[in-house]
Amino acid sequence: MTGRWKLWLPLAILAFIGGLSLYGLTAPKDDFVRSQMIGQKLPAFQLPPATDGIEGLSSADFADGRPRLLNFFGSWCVPCKIEAPQLEALASAGVEIHGIALRDRPENVALFLKQYGNPFRRIGADADMRLQVQLGSSGFPRPM
Amino acid sequence: MAGCGHGIAAIGRRVAALAGKGTELSVVVTPAAIAQGALCLISFAALVYLFAVTDLSVLLVANNSHIDKPLIFKLAGTWGNHEGSMLLWVTVLTFSGAAIALLEKRLDRRTIAATLMVQALLALGFFAFLLFSSNPFERLVPAPQSGAGLNPLLQDIGLAFHPPTLYFGYVGLSVAFSFAVGALLTGKVGPAFARAMRPWVLLAWIFLTIGITAGSYWAYYELGWGGWWFWDPVENASLLPWLAATALLHSVSVLATRDALRAWTVMLALVAFAMSMAGTFLVRSGILTSVHAFAVDPQRGAFILALLLFYVGGAFTLFALRIGTVAQGKTFRLLSREGAIVGNNILLSTILGIVLIGTLYPLLAEMFGDKVSVGPPYFNKATVPIALLLMLLLVFGPMLRWRRDEAGRVSRYMIAPVVAGLVAMLIAYLVGSAAGLFVLLSIGLAAALAVASFLPLFGRRLSRTPLTIWGMVIAHFGLAVTVLGMASEAGYSSERLAAMATGDSETVAGWTVKLKEVGPVVGDNWVAMEGLFEVSRNGKTDEMKPQSRTFFSPEQQRRRPPC
Repeated sequence: MTGRWKLWLPLAILAFIGGLSLYGLTAPKDDFVRSQMIGQKLPAFQLPPATDGIEGLSSADFADGRPRLLNFFGSWCVPCKIEAPQLEALASAGVEIHGIALRDRPENVALFLKQYGNPFRRIGADADMRLQVQLGSSGFPRPM
Repeated sequence: MAGCGHGIAAIGRRVAALAGKGTELSVVVTPAAIAQGALCLISFAALVYLFAVTDLSVLLVANNSHIDKPLIFKLAGTWGNHEGSMLLWVTVLTFSGAAIALLEKRLDRRTIAATLMVQALLALGFFAFLLFSSNPFERLVPAPQSGAGLNPLLQDIGLAFHPPTLYFGYVGLSVAFSFAVGALLTGKVGPAFARAMRPWVLLAWIFLTIGITAGSYWAYYELGWGGWWFWDPVENASLLPWLAATALLHSVSVLATRDALRAWTVMLALVAFAMSMAGTFLVRSGILTSVHAFAVDPQRGAFILALLLFYVGGAFTLFALRIGTVAQGKTFRLLSREGAIVGNNILLSTILGIVLIGTLYPLLAEMFGDKVSVGPPYFNKATVPIALLLMLLLVFGPMLRWRRDEAGRVSRYMIAPVVAGLVAMLIAYLVGSAAGLFVLLSIGLAAALAVASFLPLFGRRLSRTPLTIWGMVIAHFGLAVTVLGMASEAGYSSERLAAMATGDSETVAGWTVKLKEVGPVVGDNWVAMEGLFEVSRNGKTDEMKPQSRTFFSPEQQRRRPPC
């Protein structure tokens, strides 16, 4: 038989887990998840134009360090349509807004902008949502 | 009716209290256990009836059911909530106590009495929990008109089976726990004890397996859209007792047939029950962020934690004090059936430890002010290699003889599995070499095990082979199939995300998917937008109809893929 102290090991582990659980139960619950992306540099990217007549978007457009609004959207996304007037209001108040169209077709983007207005200076096309994931956004519409 | 049910549950509790009083009352224990089981059953039947007729003067029914709900989900609603499921738990617990009292004849009377007393003590704690903090029969005055309804995600046939089967499994483990503590008290840890405990462990293991599969299936098409395991804390909570039960099932067989691994089997029985209570605690307390967050209530969590620490702490203390009085069992060589089962136990326990650490780590990190979530990258990396070792052991382990064996004798049987494994790996490599080493190894081992699992039948007359051998063969073959499925899914899935309009078509993995139309459909308590997809490959055509449902009560949306 091995040392007697080993027999008490299960009890010690239980006590540890019990204490941990007790702490978990009593500690104030903070469900707010802070994004790991805050304060980080924008990754380098170069997106082609999403539709005719409006320039595409690249990380160089943000190089001067002034704050801007970057909005992920799609012509096929219903909440984006609801959001459009708000962006419109921000744009007319002088906020510089750039857009990134996700999984979209140029003609659909053009139609969307015609119907709901165009608050965007530039719009890049992110055909496979790669940049969206890189920037740590999981849903849309997503202003950042 | 509700009052009656409550009253009966309260009487059941008195009986449990009586049963728990002491050895001099051991004559009372058996009839008390039976009475308790019967009373609880009546109480649970009353609750099912209340749900069936939707008696809205009962708070629980009003909160969780609705007059417009289909009958099957009204019934499933009985355990689709905390209070009802706890009553189900206690009912099954006392019912199994009654079953031991009635059916167990081989074990000596003192150990049976001790076991039943432990069982009654467990029931007592849960009765207290039920009556003081989660009374299912609480009244609601005045009664509302229609009821709040059941969360639509839970209105599903998978859910009708997932919780009750898991509960049966958990309770089966509680019986194993009672037997273990009972045997510790009387000091009679031997083959008779193992034979008495084994059917309960087997039953628990079967129900846990069904329960986890049902939950996974439910997640697959209801919650996860094609995912079947996410290493979510609560999924882990169901996996932990399963791992312990699997290890226990093997070691208890060794104890029953060879009288070895005495202390280890007792310890595993205690751990298995501890894990099942920890599972309940994690689900109910909301201590970890999880998809099961709909069942959260910290106060009740504290109650369960107190019960857990009391029972398991008590049992571990008893173990430390008493296991010295249990004589060492029979010994064996490393290369023997016992040796293989010890290997199985060690590997399963290691996986258990890995999963437990991963599950609790976020809590520990939070204590030090850090926020992390532990996900598939950790669990997969840490568990897969060990699981593969376990598979390897499984290929030859069941062919080993008890006590001692020769490597040469066993290796003769291994030609077929090794060939099967190598061929499968070669095929997998040709299909897609990019799948990675672990996928190829898994597929190879799965194929080897699929062949090896039938070897124990070799040289036997099939009609006279005992059922236990068949059970082992089927279970091991099932594991091979499962691992093959997991590995293929991990290595060869292809996924495409596309925005489609009516008339568009896309191709994925050789299939052409065409969106033909989108239109409304109406159900019992929901309306939905349904898409009609035509899928075709090699001239074969089929239809898929995914829906986005809107429920009236409660007003909630749920999307479901085509099934």
